[in-house]
Amino acid sequence: MAEGTGFSIHRQPGFTAIAMLCFVLLYLPIILLVIYSFNAGNSIAIWEGFSWRWYQSAWENEQVQEATVRSLIIALWASVISTSVAVLAALATTRTRKFKGQSAVFAMINQPLMVPEIVTAVALLIFFAMIKVATGYTGLMYLIIAHAAFCIPFAYLPIRARLQGMDLSLEQAAADLYATPFQVFRRITLPQLWPGILAGAMLAFVISLDDVVITEFVKSAGQDTLPTYMLGQLRRVVTPEVNAISTALLAISVAMVIAFTVLSKMKN
Amino acid sequence: MTPAISARDLRKVYPGDPPVVALDGVSIDIRDNEFFTLLGPSGCGKTTLLRMIAGFEHPTAGTLSMHGENLLDSPPHKRPVNTVFQSYALFPHLTVSQNISFGLEMLGKPADEIKATVDEMLALVKMEAMADRQTSQISGGQQQRVALARALAPRPRVLLLDEPLSALDFKLRKEMQLELKRLQTETGITFIFVTHDQEEALTMSDRIAVMNAGSVRQIGQPRDIYDHPAERFVADFIGDTNFLAGEIISTENGHAEVRLTSGKTVPAPAPEETQSGRKITLAVRPEHAGISAGNDGLLSGDLREVVYFGTDTHFHVALDDGTAFVVRRQNRPDVASDLQAGTRVSVDFPPLTGQVLRD
Repeated sequence: MAEGTGFSIHRQPGFTAIAMLCFVLLYLPIILLVIYSFNAGNSIAIWEGFSWRWYQSAWENEQVQEATVRSLIIALWASVISTSVAVLAALATTRTRKFKGQSAVFAMINQPLMVPEIVTAVALLIFFAMIKVATGYTGLMYLIIAHAAFCIPFAYLPIRARLQGMDLSLEQAAADLYATPFQVFRRITLPQLWPGILAGAMLAFVISLDDVVITEFVKSAGQDTLPTYMLGQLRRVVTPEVNAISTALLAISVAMVIAFTVLSKMKN
Repeated sequence: MTPAISARDLRKVYPGDPPVVALDGVSIDIRDNEFFTLLGPSGCGKTTLLRMIAGFEHPTAGTLSMHGENLLDSPPHKRPVNTVFQSYALFPHLTVSQNISFGLEMLGKPADEIKATVDEMLALVKMEAMADRQTSQISGGQQQRVALARALAPRPRVLLLDEPLSALDFKLRKEMQLELKRLQTETGITFIFVTHDQEEALTMSDRIAVMNAGSVRQIGQPRDIYDHPAERFVADFIGDTNFLAGEIISTENGHAEVRLTSGKTVPAPAPEETQSGRKITLAVRPEHAGISAGNDGLLSGDLREVVYFGTDTHFHVALDDGTAFVVRRQNRPDVASDLQAGTRVSVDFPPLTGQVLRD
């Protein structure tokens, strides 16, 4: 190996120590959280032996059940809506001639990544309050729309990456073989876009599932999602039940992220 | 008879600073059942012209018609032409036979007819055994055959081929050249073939259009173009050529009497507009010239280098007026080469083997 050529971060003093520290800070709290979810006692800090007790307790808790179902419904709808919009947006920004204001459109689609979440939350709170007064509707739709909106960029980015990586001559070849623009999309573009669409939808699902800030502001009374329910619990008595719910959420997220990674790397 | 494809004054300018002129007034008539080649260096506009016929590019000005009908208003999927892409562009999520049937399905042909045609096409390109393979599981040469079968299956009136052989290795390329020519003859479909490989163009084509910098420099049969290049670019791009300075003494019936810098004269074919007294360039192919020791030929000079190539030997001569000249002589085991570098030589070529170039 060529020693001493160029800059290498590996050889800087303290590199290993800093790297280790980062990993410890990142993962130690999570590992502790997972461990204490199996605590037999009532404390989240004093170990009293192994037990499934808190998982059972969370499972049987009606509030947790309702919040879970609500979270899943919102995440499902939000990911379906945001992914559909993202597909259209990605097609419009990669499969059309360059048009005026294309980069402005790109910036607008990705707006939720840039605007502080709390600002969006307050804005939505006020906006939806006006609609609530006007219509009297107080259902889940507000949360679904809010989640769908901030999930769009997360669904958009993997879909756009997939579209950009696709060989344009395939679509031309299909058109050359008498396929109408719609047939080209259905028979050629869409089948190859699927991994990107699934990846985008999963990312959107996970992002929606763990949102707190916007949900907290937008939800009506009795519309707790799992994260806002947990936040509420932490303000009262803290038991390892919260650890158990967190661990379950973590498991879902990890599974989704693994599936996402596999899908984004999938080659046709 | 109306031509299969007729282009008139096609122009394509890409906006920019400065604007890029891809086609600068191209007019071509391509006949029915013809193997027609667009030949030129990269950036000469040949691919732009092909994509314009397919419908992927729209001209800035000019007209394009097919069997007398205007093509320019039809989108690609309504044009009865098919393309073999340089990258093949096989659909990766479909099998070999699904790729071939794609065009027929889009045309709404009945299932039994599709099946029959696909089988016929698989046989035509000798890929029957691979019908159910994924396109990623077959070799480059096989992908090329599938791309060809896919484009031929809908029986287009014109087949466009965009450098389809450039990704193949030398031997496979030679094989496919003959194969393509055979397919063209068997199917009777008009082939428009784009290449930058002059040898490929000469081997396969009925006629060739040599293009440079967005315009057509010469159209003709391979032999015409090789023996009678119209201008310096064509003579230089196709084969090897020696360029000699000369002056026209007289002209008659498309022939001119040319005085060379040595003072000797030789007759050569010339463009019609050639006038007496003009300074011109005479093109002479290396293999049409002869070389011998001595001082009394058409031209004389010093032999600088002798390079042995197996089939032939190249003699590099510095003529007395300073021009470099190459003579190519076919080798024979029973004839020893007597000429050594450094000797005084005379260079000759028979009457009418040179060609007076258009300026």
